[in-house]
Amino acid sequence: MNRRPGAVRLAARLLARDWRSGELLVLTAALVTAVTALTAVGFLTDRVGQAVAERAAESLAADLRLRAGDRLPESHLELAASHGLETARLTSMPSVVFAGETSALSALTAASDGYPLRGNLEVATRLGELGVVTDALPAPGEAWAAPGLLARLGVDSGAEVEIGEARFTLTRVLTLRPDEGFNFVDLAPTLLINDADLAATGLIRPGSRVTWRQLFAGDRADVSRFKAELEPLLDPAERLRDIEDASPQVQAAMDRSGRFLNLASLVSVLLAAIAVAMSARRYALRHRDRVALMKCLGAQQVFVRRVNRVQVLLLALVGGVVGIVLGYFAQLALAWLVRDFIGQSLPPPGIAPVWLGLVTAACILGGFALPDLARMGRTPPLRVLRADVEPPRLRHGLAYLAAIAALVALLTWLVRDIGLAAAVFAGAAVTFALLGVAGWVMVRATRHFRGAGGAGWRFGLANLSRRGAESVAQVVAFGLGIMVLLVLSLVRNDLMDSWQASLPEDAPNRFMINVQQYEVEPIRALLDSRGVTVPPFVPMVRARLTAINDQAIGAMTFEHPEGERWARREANLTWSDRPQDSNTVLEGEFWSPGTTTNEVSVEQEFASELGVGIGDTLAFDIAGEPLQATITSIREVAWDSFQPNFFMVLTPAALAGYPGTWINSVHLPPGAEDATLEVMRQFPSVSVIDLDAILAQVRSVMDRAAFAVQAVFAFTLLAGLAVLWAAVQSTRDARAFESAMLRTLGASRRRVLAGVASEFFAIGLLAGVLATAGATLAGYLLATRVYDLEYRFNLALTLAGPILGMLFVGIAGLLATRRVIGTPPIRVLRAA
Amino acid sequence: MKTPDSHDTAALSAERLVKRVDGPGGTLTILDDVSFNVAPGETVSIVGASGAGKSTLLGLLAGLDVPSDGRVVLETHDLGALDEDGRAAVRADHVGFVFQSFHLVPSLTALENVMLPLELAGRDDARQRALETLDAVGLGQRSGHYPRQLSGGEKQRVAIARAFVIEPRVLFADEPTGNLDQATGEHIIELLFELNRDHAATLVLVTHDLELARRCDRVLHMAAGRIEREERHERDTAA
Repeated sequence: MNRRPGAVRLAARLLARDWRSGELLVLTAALVTAVTALTAVGFLTDRVGQAVAERAAESLAADLRLRAGDRLPESHLELAASHGLETARLTSMPSVVFAGETSALSALTAASDGYPLRGNLEVATRLGELGVVTDALPAPGEAWAAPGLLARLGVDSGAEVEIGEARFTLTRVLTLRPDEGFNFVDLAPTLLINDADLAATGLIRPGSRVTWRQLFAGDRADVSRFKAELEPLLDPAERLRDIEDASPQVQAAMDRSGRFLNLASLVSVLLAAIAVAMSARRYALRHRDRVALMKCLGAQQVFVRRVNRVQVLLLALVGGVVGIVLGYFAQLALAWLVRDFIGQSLPPPGIAPVWLGLVTAACILGGFALPDLARMGRTPPLRVLRADVEPPRLRHGLAYLAAIAALVALLTWLVRDIGLAAAVFAGAAVTFALLGVAGWVMVRATRHFRGAGGAGWRFGLANLSRRGAESVAQVVAFGLGIMVLLVLSLVRNDLMDSWQASLPEDAPNRFMINVQQYEVEPIRALLDSRGVTVPPFVPMVRARLTAINDQAIGAMTFEHPEGERWARREANLTWSDRPQDSNTVLEGEFWSPGTTTNEVSVEQEFASELGVGIGDTLAFDIAGEPLQATITSIREVAWDSFQPNFFMVLTPAALAGYPGTWINSVHLPPGAEDATLEVMRQFPSVSVIDLDAILAQVRSVMDRAAFAVQAVFAFTLLAGLAVLWAAVQSTRDARAFESAMLRTLGASRRRVLAGVASEFFAIGLLAGVLATAGATLAGYLLATRVYDLEYRFNLALTLAGPILGMLFVGIAGLLATRRVIGTPPIRVLRAA
Repeated sequence: MKTPDSHDTAALSAERLVKRVDGPGGTLTILDDVSFNVAPGETVSIVGASGAGKSTLLGLLAGLDVPSDGRVVLETHDLGALDEDGRAAVRADHVGFVFQSFHLVPSLTALENVMLPLELAGRDDARQRALETLDAVGLGQRSGHYPRQLSGGEKQRVAIARAFVIEPRVLFADEPTGNLDQATGEHIIELLFELNRDHAATLVLVTHDLELARRCDRVLHMAAGRIEREERHERDTAA
């Protein structure tokens, strides 16, 4: 006996020959499309994600920030060092700065070397000049002041100032601090000094209101390991923030785009998997004879199986690598195309998408091609004598289990969220089932329309119902493809609109606080005269929570650590006789104007962390005066609205007599920035906070997210095309034979073409109708359940579905079968 | 002329072969108690009308299918005692096939089609031997062509080259001229017999063409699943 051949060698040879003869083109193209789409999206989102994270990190000046009321224990720093993290320290406190006879309140901030760990400081040499990036810090003896502080002191750089017991020279104007927040502690303008000078000021004393912030930065994995180890060591007064909670606007945008991108890449995978399954089925059908022949020529079952598996592996490897390379270049090209839009270069992508590409290729082929190829491998050798001998059906469970297992594994790996993966999978399964049933009903129904047209139409529709299961499969595949495209357009538009709406061009860019009641009208008049629209001023009263339901706070324990924090710190209250626009009442009822009782409306998260609800009473201490109010409603607040918002709103009757200040937010159009300096000059006690830098940051993050969304959209479209191509190809052989038969029987080429066109247009129409129904439902569910947006019925898309389906499938089908129909009948019949 | 004495010395032996299949109208007996021996180097043809059971018998003799009763011994191997892989191994070493519909792999060139059985047998000289055999059937110049680029006669010549390239001890031919015009069919048959003689192979030929059948040493006439009668001929050496 001869020695047995190597399965790998033969598999590779057969594969190479199949490739050369064009047999593998559709399958490979579908696979490569899937991997290209997925890895291009992977590379791109990885880069955009990194850029977004970098921007978010800039708003913390670090990857992780620990805030404490006291100096940090050395052990935390040692832990950070053991993880290879960079560290820097910020110490800040409110402090009065003197320039000669003038004084102003500043947020004195002492920074140690390395600050900021993420992002950059920007400084100017004189007031009014444009800031430039610097990586330096004030030298000992020097201080950098924010423009607002210089305006209030009436000086410019070069001046001498006194802070506590030390003197400093103002050498630069600090135009931008990346971590400049707009929380109420940081209200005063910054004066930045070197950490080495802090002790000399003599301001660090027992009882002084000092905040220590320790900054950490490093490799993403190191930071998250460090965070996990640090968290259990923290004391309740210490608060850790990472880039995920850096700012609610950035977080909301990242969260939405992250979900969308995950969803879209899942859809690309699903579509490509369908295309691969269809191509694999065709390949398996066409190659049963070869398997029978190989067995007839002496190949053993186990050998045939091994050859099949090696072929699948080789295909996965080749398709994976080609897809990854193409994905990388596609991503480069896209990034280059939108370079102006992005504004700055993206960081290089990580290696993760490469593994993603290879695993995806293996999963798609393993799950969606292997079952058909496995069945093909069981073709009995007797088929060489009797063409009607079919391979035994595989137990269905096995084939489907493989596909489902592969899909679930991929889904879970992609979204890294078992709940979401389960939801998407269940949704996809239900969609398939619904589309299948609806497709079957519709295909059956076409029988009744046969009489409505000419011979071509009759022939086309007859084909549609004769191919029963195949037609249903095609309607479902096309329907799913079109549905995904429709859902994507729906969700994409809705997402963009909601982002635009949440951050309009005239979003407030200046916050004014500390306004006394008698200053409200003069400030309004001043701003009015500069053409600035001034919304109503909002009152604010500082209070301390003393008791809940007559139980003293001091004696209470809170389940939620945040609740404990809220209870012990000073709270800002406001009064109003109607809820603000950006508020929604979830429980209870907001009081009506003129209510004379003491009532309070509480923000929902605050209420749950504090453990209070409707009917509970809260007692406050306001500058020594007690006040009690009953909770009558719970509100949801859109924190990303850039409007002044409060955790607790009381009835005017409850609060009106207490001493308070007023706050407001206004939009200064470009060119009206001077108005701010004027307000600060005329009303020195009023603090004006510039939000332009923060807004620019948020806009840039949203721009990136929007760009990523567009890219994903393009790739999902490609995957949809792959399905279309595979579906058309899957019936190509049968069509070629039928058209040759018809033409042999005397049908004109035109008539055959009309028949084929009728069939494809009908399939496209059915798929389009199904897709529209599915997309409307999916769009509604996505908008209301996932993205928290208001759903709007979209008539244009509803019409677009069937028309798009009919034109798309009809034209593509005709293009794909045109050559088949053009082939001389004799060639087709002889080949059969 | 060679005559088998018993299945001990036979190249191929069929003993009381029965093939039954279950159909919608109950069990159908396609082959009913068929026995015969074929001596090494002997040429035997099986003739009969459509549905007589010729192809079923061929499938059983080649181990492509298993009988409901009886046994087949091919070159000392009792096919009934072997599983499908065992039967495949016997075919790999001893058996060549020529089919009515050629059964060339459309994605492979003529040369690659001929190489396939050698590759399945793990032969290192597959390419060289396949080229020589293609030359022998007069298609050396067409080795790079795909089946769709070849005429029917050329396809069958490639199939014959593929059958002989492994130097089979037994060659099974199922209606080898069934898809060819008369002139081409005659050329193909000449080629088949010539190569068979050169290789001293045992030939089992299924055909409905009595004239072709009579070129063999023996003709088995089948009807309704049984061998009705047997004709012996002096081997036609005129070719």
